[in-house]
Amino acid sequence: MSVLERGVRGVLIALIVLFFLFPIFWIFLMSFQTNEDILRIPPSLFFAPTLSNYAALITGKLVSNAGTLDIAFMRNLWNSVLLSTASVVVALILGVPAAYAFARFKFRLGEDIAFTLLSFRFAPPLLVLLPLSLYFQQLGLTDTYVGLIWVYQLIALPLILWIVRGYFEDLSPDIEYAYRVAGHSWWRTFTRIAIPLAGPGIAAAGLLAFIFCWNNFIFALILASASKQPVTVGALAFVTASGIQYGQIAAAIVLSVAPTLALALYAQRYLVEGLSLGALKG
Amino acid sequence: MAIEIRSVSKEFKSGKVLERISLSAEDGEIVAIFGPSGSGKTVLLRLVAGVEQPDEGRILLGGRDVTDQAPEARGVGMAFQNFALFPHMSAFDNVASALTAHKVPRDIIRAKVEKIAALLKIEHVLGHAPRELSNGQKQRTALARALVAEPKILLLDDPLRNVDAKLRYEMRLELPSLLKASGSTVLYVTQDYKEAMALGDRIAVLSDRDFAQIARPAEIYQRPATINVASLFGDPTINLMPVEPLSSSIGPKITIGGTALSLPSSYGRMAGKPCVLGLRAENIIVEDTASPESVPVEVVAVTPLNERTLLLLHTNDGREILASEAGTNEAPRRHGAAFARFDPETVLLFDPASGRRIVPQAA
Repeated sequence: MSVLERGVRGVLIALIVLFFLFPIFWIFLMSFQTNEDILRIPPSLFFAPTLSNYAALITGKLVSNAGTLDIAFMRNLWNSVLLSTASVVVALILGVPAAYAFARFKFRLGEDIAFTLLSFRFAPPLLVLLPLSLYFQQLGLTDTYVGLIWVYQLIALPLILWIVRGYFEDLSPDIEYAYRVAGHSWWRTFTRIAIPLAGPGIAAAGLLAFIFCWNNFIFALILASASKQPVTVGALAFVTASGIQYGQIAAAIVLSVAPTLALALYAQRYLVEGLSLGALKG
Repeated sequence: MAIEIRSVSKEFKSGKVLERISLSAEDGEIVAIFGPSGSGKTVLLRLVAGVEQPDEGRILLGGRDVTDQAPEARGVGMAFQNFALFPHMSAFDNVASALTAHKVPRDIIRAKVEKIAALLKIEHVLGHAPRELSNGQKQRTALARALVAEPKILLLDDPLRNVDAKLRYEMRLELPSLLKASGSTVLYVTQDYKEAMALGDRIAVLSDRDFAQIARPAEIYQRPATINVASLFGDPTINLMPVEPLSSSIGPKITIGGTALSLPSSYGRMAGKPCVLGLRAENIIVEDTASPESVPVEVVAVTPLNERTLLLLHTNDGREILASEAGTNEAPRRHGAAFARFDPETVLLFDPASGRRIVPQAA
């Protein structure tokens, strides 16, 4: 590659990165600005940075010119972590064995069941939510973590089921048979051979399911009250009677993106490792 | 431990693969299951291993009915055709996996794995992952995994198919003593007739959903049960030609290339009935001079193969015959006119309708 080619390539990549990351970069800058700085026209890259937005979020006291307002952002953030993690864990416990069953065994209505589970992803959430909220009231599940985690399975379970199923189908059944012929039980073969070999797929599906759960808005908005709501819903609190708190919204976005970003970066190397494991057919 | 397969059938969506098939192998016997690809050899092996379930019939190992038992309960060793190594484990752990299921102490596992690895010459790659092994090493690792637990029953599914020619020859020499030393009863699947002849105490020829013949290698070669078996064994393929024996005062005769040739009198009852004559290439003697009962032929192609020479002969009635001559001492064979004869005792006759060999009967 010539120097010129390398230079042009560098510039083009920089432009593309700039284009896609600019909104995030701008939000990052906004999170260090006061509302006055943000709303100034024309906007300026030069401002006196302030940590007041983050301070307000962490202490839970929003001080504006109209007075002091309590916000539950840190609680919302904790709810997000709890709801997403628990939902993904439950979906993995249920979904991975189910995915294995769908991949390995042909049984009556198997394909129909698998497709029905996928079809949960087609339905508009609001259509499901209205009847569901009535049932939840009768069952006493409204405004509980258990109820929310249950509903979140509509998001996480089909995703995990279908992605992991594909990974199991790619594994040669002979590898598992070889382990069983060697004298190992079905369960040991599943845990020692099938799960490790599908590991990258399980990690990828888990990560995606986590992100989808994290970003969900409508389920918690309707089925939970403030104390159980995640950040996506909690951010509504920044739309106050005295105006929209852009600075706090930006800071809230930065804080709520951080956990998923960290998780994605951490999981990345396992995902890449998985790609190299695939090229292994005798 | 003896293996007994009792009228087992297996059908897949694509059709019947095995139909009421039976086979028994004695303790310590090596039975080569031979047949063209797609004839169900692998399916049969997988039925014995418990990886597939038969639609009907029973499978007995050492007299114990295991038809309904899971693979892990059968105590067999198996080498898969595609090796089926565990990609996330080292070669050592792959081999050791056959022992870890049975609560064997770690130092004994180590000793056993190293012993079998030394025997199969893979001790230097035990620490490697399967993806770092050559095909030959993968094959030996898979074989080591099947052998390490010293199973009473060993199922080998064409283990030499995916290795290069040199290694295949080496392994064909080494395997018989290795398998005999193990004392296991072996079912050895192959689609190479030479491998089957080299390794099998007996050969079971699988064709068309059932065994066409189960017999010792020499018997299969000299007295094949059907035309199909005859043409599967031998290189070049056996010469087959339609003939119609006629009776004469000195016994049945056939006419090839205008020459009347005597058949053994034990074929006398075939006079007047159409037959298929089978003649192995190496049983044909090609000479420059005529002798009684020799057929005038024209040598149209000569293929020297070092230890032997293949000749393509044309008779004057339009038949093509392949002959094979041993030896390199003679002057190179030239194209052109020659005479061919054969020992009538080496002739095989088949019924053209059923394809079955006609057994000679004393007159």
